[in-house]
Amino acid sequence: MHPIVKLVAQRLALGALLLLAASALIFGLTEALPGDAAQAILGQAATAESLANLREEMGLNRPALTRYFEWLGGILTGDMGVALTNKLDIATSVASRMSNTLFLAFWAALISVPLAILLGLIAVRYQNRWPDKAISGVTLASISLPEFMIAYILIFFFAVKLFWAPSFANISPSMDLLDKLHAIALPVAVLVMVVLAHMMRMTRAAILNVMQSAYIETAELKGLTGFQVIARHAFPNAIAPIVNVVMINMAYLVVGVVVVEVVFAYPGMGQYLVDAVVKRDVPVVLACGVIFAAVYILLNIFADVVSILTNPRLRHPK
Amino acid sequence: MMKNIPLSALIGLVITATYFIAAALAPVIAPYGMAEVVGDVWEPSSAEHLLGTDQIGRDLLSRMIYGGRTTIWIATLATILSFATGSTLGFFAAVMGGWVDMALSRLVDLFMSIPSLILALVILSSIEATVVTLIVLMGLLDSTRVYRLARAVAVDISVMDYVEAARLRGEKLKWIIFREILPNALSPLVAELGLRFIFMVLFISTLSFLGVGVQPPLADWGGIVKENKEGINFGIGAALYPAVAIATLAISVNLVADWVLNRTTSLKGGRG
Repeated sequence: MHPIVKLVAQRLALGALLLLAASALIFGLTEALPGDAAQAILGQAATAESLANLREEMGLNRPALTRYFEWLGGILTGDMGVALTNKLDIATSVASRMSNTLFLAFWAALISVPLAILLGLIAVRYQNRWPDKAISGVTLASISLPEFMIAYILIFFFAVKLFWAPSFANISPSMDLLDKLHAIALPVAVLVMVVLAHMMRMTRAAILNVMQSAYIETAELKGLTGFQVIARHAFPNAIAPIVNVVMINMAYLVVGVVVVEVVFAYPGMGQYLVDAVVKRDVPVVLACGVIFAAVYILLNIFADVVSILTNPRLRHPK
Repeated sequence: MMKNIPLSALIGLVITATYFIAAALAPVIAPYGMAEVVGDVWEPSSAEHLLGTDQIGRDLLSRMIYGGRTTIWIATLATILSFATGSTLGFFAAVMGGWVDMALSRLVDLFMSIPSLILALVILSSIEATVVTLIVLMGLLDSTRVYRLARAVAVDISVMDYVEAARLRGEKLKWIIFREILPNALSPLVAELGLRFIFMVLFISTLSFLGVGVQPPLADWGGIVKENKEGINFGIGAALYPAVAIATLAISVNLVADWVLNRTTSLKGGRG
């Protein structure tokens, strides 16, 4: 078997194991901590007897392991149970909110990835000159502010003072694409700012790292032009780290979405999760938590697999 | 030592110190009480209220000072907990090696495979958010990052001849961790301290903003944003003051951390 197939298979198997462990961790955490669904429904003032009755009725008395596998089976088959607070089917809510969140994340990624790679290249081209320094400065500023602060600063100037975009990103299926894009302009801008700085800094580091290799020097010395050096030698070796950087930031976007959706009252997964946490709606928290964790882990696995596949040394073993 | 301090680090040090002193002396320097209603809703800034008033007429400057006290206090204690737990376990894993190292490292990998914010939200749906539970929660979640660093540093140190010598003369585990490894691993850990502290400030502010962190009537910077966010739509910038506070604190601590890192690495292992 080609060694690369083996490596990828190993990585995928490890990833599947990690997904399983992560779901067990999330379930176990809510299980191990005091308070359960019965407590959440009846409140702190509930008598021991009514609690016991409700637990019996909801099947909470059965062993944790049994309930874990039932829950996991449910998640995998699309049956996530009903929310405690409004008795609505969780899977239905998740489906519509998930598509909204992906819509937001898709546009943020579409803008930020090419922009970050372009700016990263500029920073390498003008290394240690003013464009490079300006980029580091912006990076320092953007990692020093939480997402919701950037959001309110943008709302204050662009929604309230200039009326360019709405401060509440309310979208519905009946809107056409242009209206939707106008509605999500500010949340997309926030997400782009959150990941852009990090992504271009890491792109810069990745390309600089490759440009310092001995084979780049050899390529230059044997008389290739600057473009040929980059196209034939630097780029194939920089793809893996850049894809890795992009994937790590897309994973980070998944977390950024939680806060940004709350700020803009955007009907997505993040807002659903935070709402459920505030209302102590454990089944919804579990479902959302495991979905967020799974997306995050899957993006990281994808990054690993791509970096294996794009590594020329692994593709053409001696 | 203080002679060669660069200007940027000096500015960082002064601003950081100012925030910490303001946090410590909040009851003395705040012009009004934390929960005292002293004016009208969202008054503009005036001589009596330098930053104006908040959404129910409390003095915003006093809220900011008390809020900073809560935020900095929680972030500091959580950072200390994170370093104490993370570095002790990291050193322990490096010194023990074998299955102990394996088990601890895989457990940490598992925790790090899920974003901290998501884990924190899942946990906070089951427990009551108090100052103590928040500190423990944030400190333990973040200790996984310190563990990684501490272990990596300690693995290099634990194969040094002087550690071997200490083992051969029969020193106990406690001696090896705290007398041999800790002093030599201090530089990279101290440089990391600043970054972790900033991360804690951002983390607690985010949790409070989402409504699952510090609970009212206690003020903290994230909470002040949450309370005053409606004002933004009327063009009232009360919710933006915490942004300025967090950004200046974060940048100052970063400047100091950069300086510490440069100073310790340029001496090639020496600790002046």
